[in-house]
Amino acid sequence: MKLTDEEEALRAGHFGPAAQWAIEHQIKVGDYLGAADLVPVSQAHIMADTESLGVAGVEWLERMARLPVEQRRVRIPTISDPRGTDFAAAHRLKQQAWMLDLEQRAIAAFEALGVLMTNTCINYQTIMPPVLGEHVAYGDTGVVIYSNSVCGARSNFEGGPSALSAGITGRTPRYGYHLDERRMATLVVNVGWTPRELNDWGDLGGIVGRLAGDYWQVPAIVGIERIPGSDEMKHFGAAMASYGSVALFHMVGVTPEAQRIGDVLAPGGAVRRFEVGMADVRTFQEGYAKAIDSVDVVVFSAPQLSLVEIAQVAGLLDGRRATIPLLVVTSLQVKPDADRMGLTARIEGAGASVLSGMCFYQSYAREMAEANGWKRLATNSAKLTNILGGYGYQPALMSMAACIDAACNGGRI
Amino acid sequence: MSGRIFPAKAGMGRKVEGRALTAKDGFSARYDLDRVRGTFSRPEHKLAGESYVGRVLVLDAAKGGVATAWMLHEMKARGVMPAALVLNAVNPIMVQGAALADFTMISGFDLDITQAIPNGAMVEVDPTGPHPFIRLMAPG
Repeated sequence: MKLTDEEEALRAGHFGPAAQWAIEHQIKVGDYLGAADLVPVSQAHIMADTESLGVAGVEWLERMARLPVEQRRVRIPTISDPRGTDFAAAHRLKQQAWMLDLEQRAIAAFEALGVLMTNTCINYQTIMPPVLGEHVAYGDTGVVIYSNSVCGARSNFEGGPSALSAGITGRTPRYGYHLDERRMATLVVNVGWTPRELNDWGDLGGIVGRLAGDYWQVPAIVGIERIPGSDEMKHFGAAMASYGSVALFHMVGVTPEAQRIGDVLAPGGAVRRFEVGMADVRTFQEGYAKAIDSVDVVVFSAPQLSLVEIAQVAGLLDGRRATIPLLVVTSLQVKPDADRMGLTARIEGAGASVLSGMCFYQSYAREMAEANGWKRLATNSAKLTNILGGYGYQPALMSMAACIDAACNGGRI
Repeated sequence: MSGRIFPAKAGMGRKVEGRALTAKDGFSARYDLDRVRGTFSRPEHKLAGESYVGRVLVLDAAKGGVATAWMLHEMKARGVMPAALVLNAVNPIMVQGAALADFTMISGFDLDITQAIPNGAMVEVDPTGPHPFIRLMAPG
């Protein structure tokens, strides 16, 4: 990789061992993936829940946090993805003391590095959405795909170590979706039915993700009949990223780089073509609901809920009472507004729990299942459905209204 | 040196030998594994129930989210990890995770590597030279 004088100085250790490790890591990754050089980035976003970090990862962070202050601080705005708990609700979730201790240690280390602990995966709705063409280094696949596709920003999937490296060096290897040529469509999906509910958008995203198949594929969606809202795009993208490891899609006439299909088709390039209709979406949904006639817990999470989704949940719960655990997970930025507007009180008054700053699957989902006796779970998040099978859950994928009906009917679906 | 060699487009880590655990399926540490027991845990995965500890995983494509970038490091610290990862297609997360953990990984072949390496075969994975490869030592 071609390095500037400053990057050579970073590599030589002139800015301390954290910066030296960071740029060596970036060179290793960039060499593997064919990067010619590094590109300056304006923001970084770090996924680092302690279930992923483990004790080894937390100790690794703590070693970095013990460096002299001038050698350890990030140099661009660097924010955090959801944590592994909501400390105020940890006892209700039956999380264990060692989990909370590990979380506190990780948070202290990140704060020492200068990371802004936003603890959110919907920063594009609440913190500072990136703008068209802005190079960033984001973690959380849902954040990356939304930022790339809906905002037109430029990021690869940056796992925790790489996002932290970008925060420390202010740059990232220039490969993948930082390059114009990588942003052209490789498959075209003609959609014969425009989803209505959020879970429908997630289902469609999951189907497209499966068709795409791997990270380097870029779907162009044709045939959507109206402009989707931010929450709809959020569920659509998060599911596509989850099922297909996809980091960028275009929606013709909607997303900024694809006003026309020709804008994202390379001249002379071959693309795969698919047709997807309502029947495919229903088949996808039924694949997760079959053989389940009741659930133990209902979860709205992954991604964290926007204020609008919180209001929808509150409205659906008015005058009713949840008789099984119903968890509503949002961001630390949305929660104070929900409190102030009385939405939290309405939801919790109906027997549900509003949690913030965490995400369900990043919060020791397997241990929570064992501690609480949760096995069968209903959600409207296709992403969550895709993840939780590996944690031992039987997930059912349903609309928000159907999930709340289940929660208020003793779990029957 | 005997045995058929399959060159890869990229690699990192050290040379290892081990028994292949092969399937035409994806790989994500968060989505697919019970990392405490060292087994594939997602019921739909073609290797569900199989132990991956010490095995050379030969799989199709990197899947899922960003957690694997930390998880390979965590798995290595506890010694409950595969010997190497051999993939038709990587995503950046696998590369980042392998870089942090100093883990052996190669990827990118002229053929479908999951069809070329039988499950249970003894293999050598060598990412150290300019031309990384997997060598089929014995079919298993």
